[in-house]
Amino acid sequence: MRKAQGSWEKRILKSLNSMCTELSIPLARKRPVGEQKELLNKWNEMGTDEPDLSLFRPVYAPKDFLEVLINLRNPNYESGDSLSFRTHLGLIQVPLKVKDIPELKEFFVELGLTTGQLGIDDSTQVPPELFENEHVRIGQKVLTEQDSAAAQQYIRQGSPTALRAELWALILNISSHPEDILYYEQLKTNVIQHDLLVDSLIYKDVKLTASNDDYYFVFEDYLYQVLLCFSRDTSVLSHFAYNSASPPKSYIRGKLGLEEYAVFYPPNGVIPFHGFSMYVAPLCFLYHEPSKLYQIFREMYVRFFFRLHSISSHPSGIVSLCLLFETLLQTYLPQLFYHLREIGAQPLRISFKWMVRAFSGYLATDQLLLLWDRILGYNSLEILAVLAAAVFAFRAVNLMEVTSLAAAEAVLADLSTLKVMPLLQIFLFATVT
Amino acid sequence: MGEHVRISHFRNHYELTRKNYMVKNLKRFRKQLEREAGKLEAAKCDFFPKTFEMPCEYHLFVEEFRKNPGITWIMKPVARSQGKGIFLFRRLKDIMDWKKGTAGKKLTSLEAQPARNTVNPSGSHDTRSSDDQKDEIPVENYVAQRYIENPYLIGGRKFDLRVYVLVMSYIPLRAWLYRDGFARFSNTRFTLNSIDDQYVHLTNVAVQKTSPDYHPKKGCKWMLQRFRQYLASKHGPEAVETLFSDMDNIFIRSLQSVQKVIISDKHCFELYGYDILIDQDLKPWLLEVNASPSLTASSQEDYELKTCLLEDTLHIVDMEARLTGREKRVGGFDLMWNDGPVSREEGGPDLSGMGNFVTNTHLGCVNDRKEQLRQLFRSLQGQKKTPN
Repeated sequence: MRKAQGSWEKRILKSLNSMCTELSIPLARKRPVGEQKELLNKWNEMGTDEPDLSLFRPVYAPKDFLEVLINLRNPNYESGDSLSFRTHLGLIQVPLKVKDIPELKEFFVELGLTTGQLGIDDSTQVPPELFENEHVRIGQKVLTEQDSAAAQQYIRQGSPTALRAELWALILNISSHPEDILYYEQLKTNVIQHDLLVDSLIYKDVKLTASNDDYYFVFEDYLYQVLLCFSRDTSVLSHFAYNSASPPKSYIRGKLGLEEYAVFYPPNGVIPFHGFSMYVAPLCFLYHEPSKLYQIFREMYVRFFFRLHSISSHPSGIVSLCLLFETLLQTYLPQLFYHLREIGAQPLRISFKWMVRAFSGYLATDQLLLLWDRILGYNSLEILAVLAAAVFAFRAVNLMEVTSLAAAEAVLADLSTLKVMPLLQIFLFATVT
Repeated sequence: MGEHVRISHFRNHYELTRKNYMVKNLKRFRKQLEREAGKLEAAKCDFFPKTFEMPCEYHLFVEEFRKNPGITWIMKPVARSQGKGIFLFRRLKDIMDWKKGTAGKKLTSLEAQPARNTVNPSGSHDTRSSDDQKDEIPVENYVAQRYIENPYLIGGRKFDLRVYVLVMSYIPLRAWLYRDGFARFSNTRFTLNSIDDQYVHLTNVAVQKTSPDYHPKKGCKWMLQRFRQYLASKHGPEAVETLFSDMDNIFIRSLQSVQKVIISDKHCFELYGYDILIDQDLKPWLLEVNASPSLTASSQEDYELKTCLLEDTLHIVDMEARLTGREKRVGGFDLMWNDGPVSREEGGPDLSGMGNFVTNTHLGCVNDRKEQLRQLFRSLQGQKKTPN
């Protein structure tokens, strides 16, 4: 796995470097004073800038990453030439251990049919006395006690809208101390003083994705403020201790290969890809103070999101999620899986982009936040794979009738009307297996 | 006119939809309330920023202006669509210049002639035939209004809310409120620095930015449900309840203020588009009322909202005579006022004195109109079948 991650990183870097040489733009440069002043003035409305970004391309898109994952093979594993009932028919050919439905039912026990959920039991037909009122009361108690572990347990049943921002902050251990605000201001100063090539990539990504979204376009300016600072935050480097990836290195001009002159580029070691800004966009709904928004995003990234775009064997890593998704589909919806495979529409090709983005931009915001509640509550991303399978199960009837990949994509193009919690509950607890 | 005919406008809707008339009616109504019910009750009408007609109330305006030095005012033409000819100013000198300029010339020349073929702010043509001119009030071209300097911002952007109110009759007053609506965002970031000492045309704000490199914007709107959720997650559900009931107050009182002047006709109904601005203290302000709200769609979501809105309007107009007249909800419309407040609870009005009274409005709430319509028409069918 590490070898694969290493060679993937080399490819990304090569792409970045070639863009750099093509456009003759330095990876980093210090801004002239006039430009610094201008940027400082425009800090709160960077979205109004219209720099010429036509020559920039995103360094990679999720589908490029998928190709890499598909080609992963374990050199030690002899799968044999004959097809047996154990042959995995999906795209991922790495034999990692993933949970099956009984194990998932145990893991996600609080999502069961007999437990109250926000996202189901707070709908208009259900009187609030049955569940919602009590749940809100408990939530307030958890917040007053400032009990982080209790909050994590509590949020498995969903968070009331008014309490969510504080609950997430409690679970992620974010508090607004003066030194945190100072740290953010320091990052902001770094942005003002130096211009990085990566900044243009961030600009382009925001313009292409979040700005075009019907709901997130409003938060465009916040996204720049968070992402530009993020790319300069060296404290993010510490997450590489438990990340199979390693941060790309760059060398001061003329000193190629000399380790004393190596710096991490970008400073936080994370090269953004197409859609990266969508990790931040939903958070803008909850946090409006830039330094708090920043801290929450950073913590979410180093705890969860980094696993979605690096190759590792971790159960929450993207490889495991893909395998979990495919296994669930093959085991519990074999007819559908086989049919889609026959028409050249491998299910993972469609669901990959949902999982890489943790469904941001695909689900309605309130549904997305309910989903991310559970990611925090269970400290695992496996729910993304389960949801992806549940979506396929939900639209199975229509999918059985399509005859091409394009048609399958069309059936699954619009997820904005889906209600996440009922889908998960039905798939895990109410389907006859 | 036949029994069955329905007209989608009231004859003199301009009493509500033209800013200068609306202000006059609202001021009059407020005075009346103060006389009858005291200052507290009258204060509930303070949702309209201080407005003066030009040039007839010029002196009153100057008095108010001098009492509040340094605040920003906005000059709006009464008879043109939003954006054109509007400007902000802070000094009296600015309007002196403006008066002397082309606008001023136009004003004086118009005062000499009777008004003809003026266009309503909503864009619909309001031709006056020679018959109406006999008791014509000379049309004032402009109003000066106090500019709301602290609008509520989302993502640094200013926005206003579009809400739909259907009035089936004025005497008695029957009004319905549609659950859906939207918030329209301006493309530029809000700042007061853009007001120079010379008057600046607000048409800059209306310019949409498009860049050939990027995908075209799909329309800078949020559905009201999303807006309501956003506010609830930021300020809590109670603050949001208060804001929305303040908005209910705006709708009812604005309609009450013109109740006696509108020429009532049992064939008439009207669908109004209310423009509301929220300030940073979560107080709603009425910007204007449109008698012909735009029904063109800027996106798929918009299209669905507007087609459902029209469909439900026609259900309530009820040319097929299917409704009993006692319904409190039809599709996405909730009956807001029926010659008196309408309560969310079942049963008669709460006569015990406003104890737990909650108005029957659900602005920005879940709109399961299809389901509701199906149940409604099924039960109506059932009622028709049983012999009376």
